[in-house]
Amino acid sequence: MALTIPNALHEQLRQHGEETYPHECCGVLTGGIDEEGKKTVQAIVQCGNTRTDSPANRYHIGAAELVRIQREALLAGIDIVGFYHSHPDHPARWSATDLAEAHWTGCSYVITSVENGRAALTNSFQLLGQEENKHFEDEQIEIIDR
Amino acid sequence: MSIKVLIPTPLRPYAGKQSVIEVTAQTVGEVLSDLVTKHPDLRKHLFAEDGKLRSFVNVYLNDEDIRYLSKDATSVKETDTITIVPSVAGGR
Repeated sequence: MALTIPNALHEQLRQHGEETYPHECCGVLTGGIDEEGKKTVQAIVQCGNTRTDSPANRYHIGAAELVRIQREALLAGIDIVGFYHSHPDHPARWSATDLAEAHWTGCSYVITSVENGRAALTNSFQLLGQEENKHFEDEQIEIIDR
Repeated sequence: MSIKVLIPTPLRPYAGKQSVIEVTAQTVGEVLSDLVTKHPDLRKHLFAEDGKLRSFVNVYLNDEDIRYLSKDATSVKETDTITIVPSVAGGR
């Protein structure tokens, strides 16, 4: 199952990682999920990283911000379909911390490696299972023009 | 009174695939209790074995975290919205 995202939004989330380098950036992906679970991103919401104690290797999106985004998405008839963050000078793959702190099963977690301030690779992973046996599965990113 | 509860994506499979559920309650505790009574599969995803909310489950009454209000004892009124959001964090 692929995560579909317009090129402009794909570039925007990558650029966010460049802007916050050498710190991790983070944000929310909103859009639609069809009957088969296919996700299409319609908007991205840049968020603040509350981990000001360790922003180079940790991120956290404040719950109050998530609540606001969830409510606004619902009003707009869309949904939270995933999240993105960056790994400064580190591979675009999920870490043990990423998995331990991931709880939105069914959603996509997009990671961009930012090397020396430039966005390199962007990968997506879908969180599957339940809390006790959750795991990430590689997910193809389908970039569309819009 | 009738209160709206916003259900996050990961919990919808256990809530009849609904994104908004209305429950009848006077307090946040009653909201959550009514929710899991109507949708029993939700219980283990919201609560730990000791009956407390799982640490990564955030419950907001409008714009306020119930942890900083009166938790389960927080009163609710007709125009209130309860939003459940699991936390989002990570890092390399």
